[in-house]
Amino acid sequence: MFAYIVRRVLYAVPILVGVNLLTFLLFFVVNTPEDMARMQLGAKRVTPEAIEKWKAERGYDKPLLWNAQAGGAGKATQTVFFQKSVRLFAFDFGASEDKRDIASEIGERMWPSLALAVPVFLVGLAVCVSFALLMAFFRATYLDLWGVVLCVAMMSISTLFYIIGGQYLLSKLLHLVPISGYQGGADALRFLFLPVFIGVVAGIGASSRWYRTLFLEEMGRDYVRTARAKGLAERAVLFGHVLQNALIPILTGVVAVIPLLFMGSLLTESFFGIPGLGSYTIDAIQAQDFAVVRAMVFIGSVFYIVGLILTDISYTLVDPRIRLQ
Amino acid sequence: MPVLLATDVLVWLLVAAAAGYALYCRRHAHLAAPWARVFRSPPAIASAVVLAFYVGVGLLDSLHYRPQLPQKADGGQKAYSVEVLSVLDWSLAHLRGRNEKTYSAPLAIRSFAREQVELPGGKIAREFPRLQFGGAHLAKEEHWASDVGWRVFKGLGFAAAILLAAAIGMRILRVRWPEVPWHAAVWALGGVLVLLMPALVLSGGYHVLGTDKVGNDVFYQALKSIRTSLVIGTVTTLVLLPLGIALGIMAGYFRGWVDDLIQYVYTTLNSIPGVLLIAASVLMMQVVIDRHPEWFATAAHRADAKLLVLCAILGLTSWTGLARLLRGETLKLSELEYIQAAHALGVRGGRVISRHILPNVAHIVIIAMVMDFSGLVLAEAVLSYVGVGVDPSTSSFGTMINSARMEMSREPVVWWALATAFCFMFVLVLAANLFADAVRDGFDPRVRVGALAKAAA
Repeated sequence: MFAYIVRRVLYAVPILVGVNLLTFLLFFVVNTPEDMARMQLGAKRVTPEAIEKWKAERGYDKPLLWNAQAGGAGKATQTVFFQKSVRLFAFDFGASEDKRDIASEIGERMWPSLALAVPVFLVGLAVCVSFALLMAFFRATYLDLWGVVLCVAMMSISTLFYIIGGQYLLSKLLHLVPISGYQGGADALRFLFLPVFIGVVAGIGASSRWYRTLFLEEMGRDYVRTARAKGLAERAVLFGHVLQNALIPILTGVVAVIPLLFMGSLLTESFFGIPGLGSYTIDAIQAQDFAVVRAMVFIGSVFYIVGLILTDISYTLVDPRIRLQ
Repeated sequence: MPVLLATDVLVWLLVAAAAGYALYCRRHAHLAAPWARVFRSPPAIASAVVLAFYVGVGLLDSLHYRPQLPQKADGGQKAYSVEVLSVLDWSLAHLRGRNEKTYSAPLAIRSFAREQVELPGGKIAREFPRLQFGGAHLAKEEHWASDVGWRVFKGLGFAAAILLAAAIGMRILRVRWPEVPWHAAVWALGGVLVLLMPALVLSGGYHVLGTDKVGNDVFYQALKSIRTSLVIGTVTTLVLLPLGIALGIMAGYFRGWVDDLIQYVYTTLNSIPGVLLIAASVLMMQVVIDRHPEWFATAAHRADAKLLVLCAILGLTSWTGLARLLRGETLKLSELEYIQAAHALGVRGGRVISRHILPNVAHIVIIAMVMDFSGLVLAEAVLSYVGVGVDPSTSSFGTMINSARMEMSREPVVWWALATAFCFMFVLVLAANLFADAVRDGFDPRVRVGALAKAAA
């Protein structure tokens, strides 16, 4: 088990190198530093000197991959690739366009993101599993049919509409909660209620339907028939046997998402003005601040890989038949 | 002068491919059987009818031309406008040109905003002025209700006439295909026509769904947005399918280092958060496109190139799911006896793939294609909202939502643009989802949730 995890962690290194190469290609080769400078400076102030100054300030004035002028190891390290991409591995993200340290910014913004994402995740999981169980319990009845219809209808609504509709209904018409904004401490509850509620509702359709399929698949198995044959009540079969076994695919599917909770939800945060990592990323995209986007891409892929490893480990924990080697 | 935009070519190629596939299926009973199962389900038929309307609008909007400018008296060379129009624009010409100054509510005859108006006596008053086009044919405002009522009645009459003809047509079709639930098709057709025909008749004199900030007709914009959604949902799969199929099957069939390499590539791609990867690529491509204005003859060409690039990027970032599915299935298949037998008989690898593996994973490809569609339509809205979607001059549901959402805080609320985008998108995605479900149930021998439920009950 330990050897397996070590191997998986080592396997992450080439993947992260690949991610870095890809972002490097996108951000520096397709779109040269000159283009970035032109875009940031705006059309009016573009002079060759201004561009050179802009590049020098951000360290983009070095050669891309190979510095023939520098001596010794500097040939490889005094380059844009080394300075900008390799340093990400040490979680050294540099500074954003407005000259703020990206790493400390991420440390600050992580908490509002978590405060939003963790409740959405936990409440969403509980609601969807219960709804799916309800549909599975009343399978092949009108309740089940209309439950599925509701799920498909809810799946067909864009997240944008959930957010806009929820804001309009709860905040503007009913004045229950503030439309957007954020404050730390106990006040955060007031601001978080609506985004959490919307996050949960927006996820119900797809997940409940998927969980219902898992439950029904599990119900067709032999051990369920055995349990019924020995006279167990339907409720005992459902909660004692089916739920436990169907939770295996649900949990392992969910574990992969847990590390990504740190990244926040891009849309919800920017709509509700929550100063988390999601809104940070969106702002960076809209302001074309590539240093921030690059840092977020890197962190995102690190978390994704952590999620993959956690998934594998969780398999062995919930299903003793699976051995990692 | 006809204009061939890149996405038009691809859209029509797709239509041709679909027609070819349908003909091919008809000749082969084993291919026709799953489709027959699909079309036995009432929701599938109903959603197919609704989708057909969307596809019809999208195809009309995919035939482009540049109108000829009025010829000069000296009989010089023919000149063409730089504006690229489509057949849909031509047939809805009464909607395209008639812009108001700013917002107006659905079916309104007066503007939404007060304006300073000079009264005949020389005094200046602030009032809601009459619209330039909405209801301009009415001599007196009191005639509004009767005029709207008459137009709705006329529209319903048209709808009833078409529906009657369709119902008779379906009675004839029922003789040929008795197992298809034609009543579902008639119901769906009725629903579409009852909404569409009155709207079309009303649009002759009013802005049926109001106008937006700069006075464009919202109904017209929604119809124009359909093509964008359809292009994103279908052309993307054109990019996604070859990559997913080739790499997935290769990884599963050749194994060894090929498998390792392909798995490495798709884990790397997967590990970058989707929105970020797409946003980064789109930003890069937009810079490239903006730097080379000489590549494009008109603004429409440039907007179209951006749409195409968006499709390509969406395709390049989302083939991984399909590749993983196909890899697993190919691994399983190549252990089966008939593949082993083919190997033993000395059949080459390429031939084994094309004759034995590809046909046996085709159902996965078809299911993936229809399932992806609705996700892509929804993704477009989100990306356009973030600002990395289609060109701002291309109308799409995303840009409509984006420009309309700020207006929810106005008093009174400007709700119509948002509601229109919502309804058009909801119906499209719902129909696509229902159709995709039926296709999955028809093609996938394993997933028969209905059958499972009965077995468990």
